[in-house]
Amino acid sequence: MHIAEGFLPPLHAVAWTAIALPFVIVSARRVNRLMQDQPQIKLLLAASGAFAFVLSALKLPSVTGSCSHATGTGLGAILFGPSVMALLGTIVLLFQALLLAHGGLTTLGANVFSMAIVGPWVAYGLLRGTQRLNAPLTVSVFLAATLGDMATYTVTASQLALAFPDPSSGVLGSFIKFIGIFAPTQLPLAVIEGLLTVVIVNLLRQYSHNELRDLQAFPQALAVEARS
Amino acid sequence: MNRQNLGLMAAAVLLVIVSLVMGSRQEGAEFAGADGQAMAAVTAIQPDYQPWFSPLWEPPSSEVESLLFALQAALGAGLVGYYLGLRRGQSQPRPRDRADAGD
Repeated sequence: MHIAEGFLPPLHAVAWTAIALPFVIVSARRVNRLMQDQPQIKLLLAASGAFAFVLSALKLPSVTGSCSHATGTGLGAILFGPSVMALLGTIVLLFQALLLAHGGLTTLGANVFSMAIVGPWVAYGLLRGTQRLNAPLTVSVFLAATLGDMATYTVTASQLALAFPDPSSGVLGSFIKFIGIFAPTQLPLAVIEGLLTVVIVNLLRQYSHNELRDLQAFPQALAVEARS
Repeated sequence: MNRQNLGLMAAAVLLVIVSLVMGSRQEGAEFAGADGQAMAAVTAIQPDYQPWFSPLWEPPSSEVESLLFALQAALGAGLVGYYLGLRRGQSQPRPRDRADAGD
C-alpha cells in the first residue's frame, strides 16, 4: 500500500495531505489526552504501535508469487478507538519513508489516509457492528483486523486509479487493474493479520483485564466473561 | 485459550508456507513487492509519467535496507514481548505471597 515517492501528481499529493492532516492533528490531541487522563494505558498504547511496526516490516510471500505486508493497525483501532491510529500509523510510515525509501514524503498523506485512517475506521466499525450482533469476540476481532487490512489496500488502489485513469477504460478500468495487483496478493496476508490480532487480544484478555476495563474495549464480551 | 493461540499461530505459519509453495508455482513468480508492481502499472498506464520527487535518502545497499527492516521488526516485537511478559508476570502471585498464604 506504499505509494512510492513522487508517484502521485502534485495536485493529488497536496489534496491527500490536506485530507489526512486534520485526522492526524485530532489523533495527536486524543493521544495526548489519553496519556494524561489514563497514564496506566501508556504501555499498551506503545505496544499497539509496536505491533503495527512489526507487521508492516514483514514482507510476506503470497499465493500470487509476489510479496506484500500486513498493516497491524487494526489492533490499536479496536483497543483505543480509530482516531488514535492516525498518529501511530503516521510515525510508522514516516520511519519507512525517511529511512527505507519505502513510501515517501509527497505520498505520505495518501498513505496515511489508507493505512492509518480508513483501515482503522473500518476495523473499528466492524468490531462494533459484529459485537452488536453478539458475534463471539474472537470472530469480531478476526473480521475487523482482516477486513481493515483489505480496506487499506482498496483505498490505495482507488487513489492510484484517480491519479492515473486508464486512457480507454477510465478510472474504473484503472481501479480494476490496481486492485487486481493488490487484492489477490493481500488476501492471505490479511487473514494472517487477522489471526495474529486475535492471538494478541486473547493474551490481553488473559493478562490485561484492568486496561481493557479502563479503555472499555469489548464491553459486551468482557461483561459476559465476568458473569460466567 | 493458550491452546487456541497455539492453533492460531500455527495456522498463520501454515498460511505463509502454503502461500510460498503456491506462489512458486505461478508463472514468472519472483516474489517481487506488490507495491513495486503497482508503480510499474502506473508507468504502463501513463508511459510519460515521471516521478517528480525522489527519496531524500536511500539505503546504500540491500544489505543496509535489510538491516533497517530487521531493526524495525525487532523494535516492534521487542516492545510487544516486553509488554506481554510484564503483564503476565504481574498477573501471577509471587512465590513469597503463596508461601505466606500457606501459613
